[in-house]
Amino acid sequence: MKEQAKQRSGWSVALLVIVVASLVPVLWIVMLSLKTPATVTDGSFIPQHWTLSNYKDIFNAGVFTDALRNSIGIALISTALAVLLASAAAYAIARLDFPGKRIILAVSLAVAMFPQVSLVGPLYNLWRQIGLYDTWPGLIIPYMTFALPLSIYTLSAFFREIPWELEQAAQVDGATPGQAFRKVIAPLATPGIATTFIIVFIICWNDFIFAISLTSTSNAQTVPAAIALFPGVSQFTVPIGDIAAAAVVVTVPVMLLVILFQRRIVAGLTAGAVKG
Amino acid sequence: MAEIEFQDITKRYPDGFEAVKHLSLDVPDGELMILVGPSGCGKSTALRMVAGLEDISDGELKIGGQVVNDKAPKDRDIAMVFQNYALYPHMTVRENMGFALKLAKVPDDEINRKVSEAARILDLEQHLDRKPANLSGGQRQRVAMGRAIVRDPSAFLMDEPLSNLDAKLRVQMRTEISRIQQSLETTTIYVTHDQTEAMTLGDRIAVMRAGVLQQVGPPSELYGHPKNLFVAGFIGSPSMNFLPGELDGDIVRFPIGDVPVPEELRGRLQAGPGGGRRGVIVGLRPEDFEDASIIGDRARGTTFKARIDVLESMGSEYYAYFAVESERVSSRELEELAQDAGAADLPHSHEGSQVVARLAAESKIRQGQEAELWFDARHLHLFDAESGQSLLGTGRASRTQPQQQPPSAGPAPAAS
Repeated sequence: MKEQAKQRSGWSVALLVIVVASLVPVLWIVMLSLKTPATVTDGSFIPQHWTLSNYKDIFNAGVFTDALRNSIGIALISTALAVLLASAAAYAIARLDFPGKRIILAVSLAVAMFPQVSLVGPLYNLWRQIGLYDTWPGLIIPYMTFALPLSIYTLSAFFREIPWELEQAAQVDGATPGQAFRKVIAPLATPGIATTFIIVFIICWNDFIFAISLTSTSNAQTVPAAIALFPGVSQFTVPIGDIAAAAVVVTVPVMLLVILFQRRIVAGLTAGAVKG
Repeated sequence: MAEIEFQDITKRYPDGFEAVKHLSLDVPDGELMILVGPSGCGKSTALRMVAGLEDISDGELKIGGQVVNDKAPKDRDIAMVFQNYALYPHMTVRENMGFALKLAKVPDDEINRKVSEAARILDLEQHLDRKPANLSGGQRQRVAMGRAIVRDPSAFLMDEPLSNLDAKLRVQMRTEISRIQQSLETTTIYVTHDQTEAMTLGDRIAVMRAGVLQQVGPPSELYGHPKNLFVAGFIGSPSMNFLPGELDGDIVRFPIGDVPVPEELRGRLQAGPGGGRRGVIVGLRPEDFEDASIIGDRARGTTFKARIDVLESMGSEYYAYFAVESERVSSRELEELAQDAGAADLPHSHEGSQVVARLAAESKIRQGQEAELWFDARHLHLFDAESGQSLLGTGRASRTQPQQQPPSAGPAPAAS
């Protein structure tokens, strides 16, 4: 009994340390965003003068709202495309035995390992020549490409978990392969698809390298890039409050997504498919 | 309702392995055919070829007179019950059972009617709106059955549907399946590795071994007239005892004693080449033994003495184990059976052969004591020592067509 209590308190302390360590920077930003420009550098954790003016500022300036629109649009489209393509590929990899299956997986892994920085320069030139520079597709394409390997990996693991017999049962029940996938496999893979969706969305949402290099105007600039280029009141001030407020605003969608999908991710939907 | 015909069907995998070899089998309309055999004998593969889940390498498969080799599973009008049920976990019992009808675009009220009907037959009415995860194993099994029943297909295919249930439920569902199949009169192919299931359930049984069909027939025929050592050893529980012996004219000599071939067997005994002496393997079912003191008319068999090593009481009967001085019968078929039962590596505690006898409950025999036993010579089984083929024809058939079952070629060496 005593041992157990000791163990539990030990775990509690460890967990507390982790939670504090990961939450303090976030809280710090939140606090910064609520400070007035005059007190922003006073070094205190709790603002002395609470204000929402930073939030008003960024939403009144067009730069941020445009960037937000771009971020949402680009991230959603890239993610949707990546997950759609990846589920087809992952399904084939999980189910079919075809020559070169291993090579495909290896190549996709290699793509994931590829340092993105080394691609930015060539892409910049290429995009300028073919007119993709500073456009949505100009970001969607690289995002999708880099998200695909990871998506294929996670999804094929999920598809492999689904008993093949379910699909065969559907076929015997009179389903075409397409129907079997849509009505039996896809619903069961929902947790996997949701998980992949979130991971890919966060990757696209948080990307900075491509966003800063392949865009120049509010045409396609996403929030991370826009924040970095926030104009101060004068050229000698850094708009710390605005940056903090913008950072808080872009964190919200991601948090919402995770909270929304958390149950799906956790729920093992395949329970009861076969004898448990 | 349809007849299913296997015509010289072979399943060859890309690596050259043949899971099913030249299988020819006819399942008439409305019959419950059991495919039985040890694991890896090709029975499931054969079933999956009927379902269309495996390609057929050679031969023709006909359902209802139509060749279906190249038809997709959905176009074959068959329903399948999988070993692990393969219920759709995201659908309720009702949706699971109605899924096939929904795909076939049957009107909703008709789906409801058919599902309710099946639920009534299977006693699932109060579970229709639950998900498979919330059902017990037996209920899941019934849902899987229901999914097949509502379709009213031309054939049911069942792939070891009871093997995931515990023993008591299995017996119960076995009767249930038999009852449902009889009332629906739907052609059914049922795969199992359990010979008890096969014996109790089937109209006819097809025993397979290593992809080759060994014998097809009603349970009583397989039990009474096994064609070879494999079928003899596989059917019956506890399984048949095998002892090396010698057939010398009309006398069978084997370690338990020398017995004249009973009249009943003489007619069925197919003369070996040259007559005279030949090595045989003698098969004796445990249930053909009895405590000699209980038997009134001993004339039909032979009595002998044996020291009972182990006596197991089943309440309704005893299983008596004793050793017989002899060489062990060695046969690839029997080794395979032992391997499948997991007994191949058991240490042999006795020199010679272990024999099991099933004795009546009123027997007074005690463990560790010498006992006088009797066996029914009319039920002797004789197999060729070389080929393992039965030397006895199947009664009627062998008299009219004695060439149907040629004993193995080559002169049999005289056993010592």
